[in-house]
Amino acid sequence: MAKAAKPPKPEEITKSLDYKKTPETHWMDTPVEFRPGMYCYGTRPKYLEEVGMPNPREWSSADEDWKLPENWKEIVLEGIADRLNKHRSFRLFMDICVRCGACADKCHFYIGTGDPKNMPVLRAELLRSVYRKYFTTGGKLLGRVAGARELTMDVFKELWYYAYQCTECRRCSVFCPYGIDTAEITIMVREIINLLGCNTDWIMGPVANCYRKGNHLGLEPHTIQSNIEMMCDDIEEITGIRIEPTFNRKGAEILFITPSGDLFGVPGVYTCMGYLMLFHELGLDYTWSTYASEGGNFGFFTSLEMAKRLYYKVYAEAERLGVKWILGGECGHMWRLWHQYLATFWKPPDNLEDPVSPITGTKFEHANSSKIVHVVEFTADLIRHGKIKLDPSRNDHLKVTFHDSCNTSRGMGFFEEPRYVIKSVCNHFYEMPENTIREKTFCCGSGSGLNSSEDMELRMRGGLPRANAVRYVHERYGVNMLANICAIDRAALPTLMQYWVPGVEVCGVHELVGNALVMTGEQKRTMDLRMEPLPGVEEEEEGEEEE
Amino acid sequence: MGVWFSLIVVIGLIVFPLIGVGLLGLNALFGIVVPYVALVVFLVGLIYRVITWGKTPVPFHIPTTCGQQKSFPWIKYSKLESPATGWEVFMRMFLEVVTFRSLFRNLRTEMGPGYRPVYGSTKWLWLAGIVFHYSFLIVLLRHLRFFRQPVPEFVSLIDSFDGFLQIGHPHLQITGVTLLLAVFYLFLRRIFIPQVKYISLPADYFPLLLIMGIAGSGILMRYFLKTDIIKVKELTMGLATLRPKVPDGIGVIFYIHLFLVSALFAYFPFSKLVHLGGIFLSPTRNLANNSRMKRHVNPWDYPVKVHTYEEYEEEFREKMKMVGIPVEKDVEEEKPEESEESEQKE
Repeated sequence: MAKAAKPPKPEEITKSLDYKKTPETHWMDTPVEFRPGMYCYGTRPKYLEEVGMPNPREWSSADEDWKLPENWKEIVLEGIADRLNKHRSFRLFMDICVRCGACADKCHFYIGTGDPKNMPVLRAELLRSVYRKYFTTGGKLLGRVAGARELTMDVFKELWYYAYQCTECRRCSVFCPYGIDTAEITIMVREIINLLGCNTDWIMGPVANCYRKGNHLGLEPHTIQSNIEMMCDDIEEITGIRIEPTFNRKGAEILFITPSGDLFGVPGVYTCMGYLMLFHELGLDYTWSTYASEGGNFGFFTSLEMAKRLYYKVYAEAERLGVKWILGGECGHMWRLWHQYLATFWKPPDNLEDPVSPITGTKFEHANSSKIVHVVEFTADLIRHGKIKLDPSRNDHLKVTFHDSCNTSRGMGFFEEPRYVIKSVCNHFYEMPENTIREKTFCCGSGSGLNSSEDMELRMRGGLPRANAVRYVHERYGVNMLANICAIDRAALPTLMQYWVPGVEVCGVHELVGNALVMTGEQKRTMDLRMEPLPGVEEEEEGEEEE
Repeated sequence: MGVWFSLIVVIGLIVFPLIGVGLLGLNALFGIVVPYVALVVFLVGLIYRVITWGKTPVPFHIPTTCGQQKSFPWIKYSKLESPATGWEVFMRMFLEVVTFRSLFRNLRTEMGPGYRPVYGSTKWLWLAGIVFHYSFLIVLLRHLRFFRQPVPEFVSLIDSFDGFLQIGHPHLQITGVTLLLAVFYLFLRRIFIPQVKYISLPADYFPLLLIMGIAGSGILMRYFLKTDIIKVKELTMGLATLRPKVPDGIGVIFYIHLFLVSALFAYFPFSKLVHLGGIFLSPTRNLANNSRMKRHVNPWDYPVKVHTYEEYEEEFREKMKMVGIPVEKDVEEEKPEESEESEQKE
């Protein structure tokens, strides 16, 4: 494997961008060039073997020979045919695009690379041209004049390259007059890629981990417990309160599942500490599970079948433990899937009841079928009913802006709840420019399994529009904290900020909640959840009454 | 390149009737057979397309939400952008179809000062799209007067509104001009906006040029190369009543117009123009954002291999017991004949 290429300097990227320039040659005559830093390594065979997926072998995506079976072309074409018959979205989106170009400059990868094949319309045309050649009369008869082209190895590699330069963020589909969603097309292309065992290592590894060990990071049960206990140690140091969470406890009212990213590494763990403190303060009857220990789902970036296989654990564990409903942590693609797919993948078990907040009595009627509630919904409801005591001044050292995650925005419509919570726990909140937030939000550039280190240049380029909007509020209002409700954001945005907007840190919403939460019997807080001194506290007189 | 190819094809489509009618006198072929064939191809083709899409299942519930979801009563949700009920979906679709709302949102990304991308509002594509589609619709409706006797009241009404400027004789009808202008704009942007030019296929230029040809020949016929309107109506009424005949003395310009229209109709089902029907079926727009309220069933769902809790505990039991995580089975009474195979679950 080649060494990961270092990304160019920020100004080298921005100065090279010229949206008015297009390549000299027609896109069909412009072969794909695998540029280091712009793609991920191919998967190791052991991961494919662990979950029983086809064509495990040693290979590299930089190689000339991808070691595909002899009948690879047949497999691809059959894969397309099969999916055309199974997904109306796919068939329709192959047929009705008029190439009006409204989507062209909406993609963060196009804005960050200037590569026309990253215009959503052209990304789709890469496959559409193959579809025309083999599945439409016009394309069969007229060939290139009808926009059709042969499926060759180069074309397959091109499909691969650009399927992993799309984060399935759906921003283009907001602007498309027919709602054509490139995510739907990328999902299909990636499924077909996986028929030949050509997933990336960064996606396939977490999939294999999650299948067997229950979470992407491959944390084993005792490690999950000790990680959480370490957070409890920190909480004790900060608040003086010892929290004793339970694991795999039968008979709990609520099963809590969060992306495993919250259990490992900063700043994810701070968000997790926020959950732990909140649930403890409420006396919530809930349990963690080490088996269903992953909210996210890299299977979704592989194939819908793999997504379904990984998510079996969610409802199965809820049934085994006999809980009443499920509470989900802060995560982007997890909530796209929990909101739009999970209950279709698996029927919610009968022991689950319509979710009701045991603290406020609020019935979460919008989740009556799937029995799953977002933790930010849960907290927003608590705040609304005045059930928790908050001291927002403990976040006064932070000037906060909120990054709407693509998936919760365009696959759920989750805009007001997080804002309500943030504004309740922070005194300084500033919105980024309106064309870069809510349904028009920009991806972090690292979603859908692209948050690896070998494709760093791609990630920094893809994150340019998001970073640019953060820079605007950073320069204008002094914003120094980028809040979000997504584990991939928490993992990816710190690097992006360092690269484009040094001086801005990244946090989950429940870290801010944890900071502001006034807990019963707590000691006077002198540190925030990062164990950094709270400004202003040291100067205060000693011996002052605890709050 | 695509432009030239498309232009040659459209010129070819003009030359056909010019020779066929003008030189060879194949009036019946161009006045009767071709329009009928084109109409049949259009109807059968479009219905076939729509049925094919309609028969293809929607396995997952995937609306693109462009506004606040329905959650708590104290949070106002966006009925149009995140519809929760069938009626709200209907309104979202209705406004999408009649006002092109998504396109109205369009933004233009440009490199601003300091090499920072900026996003500004741009309505030109939306405006040209709206003007084009509505002009075309009105022109089509106006043409009903050639197929109904007496002319329906609403058609005469449209006619008089359309000609309200009362310029020239016959009165200039505005939609003819706006149609041509809008198509021309849509064509120019494909030539002059570099990104749009780069993505354009012959299949994008061709319908625009064809429609220019149709509008152009229609305008020529109405205002310049005067055609015997009575005889044209005789022909079109013949077509409409399935008693076709071709009266003598209709200028070749009429046959050119009719042939181009026929070409458009016949081409329609095989082209991107099927977006006319497709938009109604788009799952990102026509589904309610209610997937946590109402379970969506995948009609082709199938059992998949999963990793069960039993298998998980089997592997990690010792580690779990060591740290006091409860287990289902105590290791002492473990039975070794327990199947190692993963289960198939649905």
